[in-house]
Amino acid sequence: MLRDITLGQYYPANSVIHKLDPRVKLAGTLVFIVSLFAFSSAEAYIAATVFLGAVIYASRVPLGFMLKGLKSIFILMMFTVVFNLFLINGTPVVRIWVFTITKEGIETAVFMAIRLIYLVVGSSVMTLTTTPNNLTDGLEKALRPLAKIKVPVHEIAMMMSIALRFIPILMEETDKIMKAQTARGADFESGGIIKKAKNMIPLLVPLFISAFRRANDLAMAMEARGYHGGEGRTKMKPLIYQNRDKAAYLCLLLYLVAMFFINRIGFFAGLWY
Amino acid sequence: MLNIIKARKVSYDYLKIDDEGNVESSSRAVDGVDLDVKAGDFVAVLGHNGSGKSTLAKHINAILLPTEGTLYVDGKDTKDDSKLWEIRQSAGMVFQNPDNQIIGSVVDEDVGFGPENMGVPQQEIWERVERSLKSVGMWEYRTASPNKLSGGQKQRVAIAGVVAMCPKCIVLDEPTAMLDPNGRKEVIRTVRELNRTEHVTVILITHYMEEVIDADRVIVMDQGRVVMQGTPREVFSHVEELKRYRLDVPQATLVAYELQKAGISLPDGILTNEELVQALAEYRDRQ
Repeated sequence: MLRDITLGQYYPANSVIHKLDPRVKLAGTLVFIVSLFAFSSAEAYIAATVFLGAVIYASRVPLGFMLKGLKSIFILMMFTVVFNLFLINGTPVVRIWVFTITKEGIETAVFMAIRLIYLVVGSSVMTLTTTPNNLTDGLEKALRPLAKIKVPVHEIAMMMSIALRFIPILMEETDKIMKAQTARGADFESGGIIKKAKNMIPLLVPLFISAFRRANDLAMAMEARGYHGGEGRTKMKPLIYQNRDKAAYLCLLLYLVAMFFINRIGFFAGLWY
Repeated sequence: MLNIIKARKVSYDYLKIDDEGNVESSSRAVDGVDLDVKAGDFVAVLGHNGSGKSTLAKHINAILLPTEGTLYVDGKDTKDDSKLWEIRQSAGMVFQNPDNQIIGSVVDEDVGFGPENMGVPQQEIWERVERSLKSVGMWEYRTASPNKLSGGQKQRVAIAGVVAMCPKCIVLDEPTAMLDPNGRKEVIRTVRELNRTEHVTVILITHYMEEVIDADRVIVMDQGRVVMQGTPREVFSHVEELKRYRLDVPQATLVAYELQKAGISLPDGILTNEELVQALAEYRDRQ
């Protein structure tokens, strides 16, 4: 059934990571990504692996779910690996026809692959443990300062959460329209890509009309319930930092410091050889 | 007692505007309506499609402003821009399509939406949400996603969302039109209960006759005008006239009416099956 789809890829579980304030998780993801780029010694990557592993373990999300996201970047990863493997100059290791695989090439390729995997898995931790709505709330609050330079933060967050609420409804509607049009002889299956795209018209036109009608209704319902923008609004479920959130920030800081020093050690160790 | 809603010669024109912004044509949807609703009343507005009943309803919430005439909600003129939010708070509105009026993605969040807009303190929002969800019997579903509820349940959540704003009056614009018979019963029972226990003024707009039997007053609209009003008994005793406005009368009333025409003397204004049975029994005893 279409209405049972879960949005994003939230994996419900009762873990510390799930309970953290979404802002902490946003900051954590950001820090982790930056750390991957800023500290790129082998030692630092071992430390990053330990950190990521610990977080995944604490989140109680099965590792399989974490790795699912990798499917979508598989092709990108292959490209990066292949290009790095063959196009970097250095000490040759293997020579196949006009291509040369160098020691440096292998190193960079492996390194890039790991970095990409960590990027995806790192952000999956956030999306798997945070409901889309929670994430929107977190973004709204975290970006609040931008409202000072006239960025409509509240409006954007409101739009995002409404979009999230209506996706399942519109999916269901698409399903209905598809069945109705099929019953009238529409064909959504056969033909090449252009013909298929053309066949979508009898699906998209009614869907758009209905979406606009819904938007109109919803706007009226929101006004009727006194919605007048973010000003003077109170929050039913405000985001307030708990002790565990503060602890998580501390962990993040420790991680950053540790990464910094481990990276230094790696650097000095490199000088020895 | 104070009239919560007072309409004086309210008219509304829908304008058709061409690309240059000129008015091409206008059609009058509501035409000189006078209306008084006492606080605590249960008023039903009946009318065929296009009779202007929904347009009138939208005036009560100040979504539409009258082209001519004035409408007062709780003593406030709806044209007064500075009182707009007060008016919307004192007259809540429930719409036809249950999906298109639920904003939150969790039931309790949706019910809290109105109070949030009003700037109610957090603690009180939760109290209001609990009270209003309990009053419509949806408290057990507070953490559910609205997408997983039935139509009747969604509509009850929408009603709770309005109740949480503590309105003096609730306008329901064909709340049962998209529901199955069970959902319809659920919603009407909830509305009646609210009227009885919380003394909220209810204005129910509908074209289902069975839903108006319990109303204190029935108003029949046709072509933008109020053409009949009175207690359900009074209104439904004019079967011929109702038929002219393309409205059906409750089945029992119709049977009684046809029997009367066939020469069996029954009292006027029979509304329910029980009343019909009783009247027929009395008639038999008289024979």
